[in-house]
Amino acid sequence: MEDGMELERKIARLFFTIRQFKPRWLPGKSIRISINSDPVYLRVLRAAMDEIAALAGFSRKECAKIILAVDEACSNVIRHAYHDVAGQPIYITCRITPIKLEIVIVDLGEPADIKSIKPRPLDELRPGGLGVHIIRTVMDEVHYENLAKIGNRLIMAKFLPREEGAL
Amino acid sequence: MSLQLSTEQRGNVAVVGITGDVDLYSSPQLRKEILKLVNARDARLLVDLGKVTYMDSSGLATLIEGLQHINRNNGRMAVTGLRDAVKEIFELTRLDTVFSIYPDTETALEWVAS
Repeated sequence: MEDGMELERKIARLFFTIRQFKPRWLPGKSIRISINSDPVYLRVLRAAMDEIAALAGFSRKECAKIILAVDEACSNVIRHAYHDVAGQPIYITCRITPIKLEIVIVDLGEPADIKSIKPRPLDELRPGGLGVHIIRTVMDEVHYENLAKIGNRLIMAKFLPREEGAL
Repeated sequence: MSLQLSTEQRGNVAVVGITGDVDLYSSPQLRKEILKLVNARDARLLVDLGKVTYMDSSGLATLIEGLQHINRNNGRMAVTGLRDAVKEIFELTRLDTVFSIYPDTETALEWVAS
């Protein structure tokens, strides 16, 4: 007999797939990536994010920081939403608008207690808890959503660099 | 790039050389190696990050854990050879004020051994 949780996860995945095909007329260039929750795929995602951030016009230094923020966000999904279980989906949608690079990360894992997602004080010397600090420091907008029964959505954005001489 | 580790003994100092990306996938391998070296009393450890192409917070957590063990055992630990991308994450997390960071291996070795 199918485990109830697994069935709910399949239904949520189906709904997510349907939503992917619903036309949304949003300005800007949009790129969708999905990876498996096995951490071996994080380096593939980093390579893709490097290209996307460069396409948006960020400097090498800023690209490296954006890669780090996305990597930390997906690592948190693997560890906390999927509890290190591989084979689960992580959907990353990147949109380059005239003013910002927006990155939305969706998982179908255990919904997080949003209030508990906060950076730890940096004066404490202990492993862990640095990922959220990195994300909030690097990105200009960070918004976590708990998708009720299954899953989480993280919406984050970084404003594009201003062109020299622009007002 | 996958992670490669090398460990050599230079006098009383264990020098761990890391090559490649340190992330959620590879940091358990680094953690295993570091924890082998930090539990002795008065342990001396130098971590050479000169060939690290990428490091995330799981890599930092591994180094923090190593430093905690070293501090408990009255040992000494330093890191050296940080490339710009790695230096960036130390600065973002203000760990550049926690770790003893040296630009070159010889100066770092001198301090760790003393």
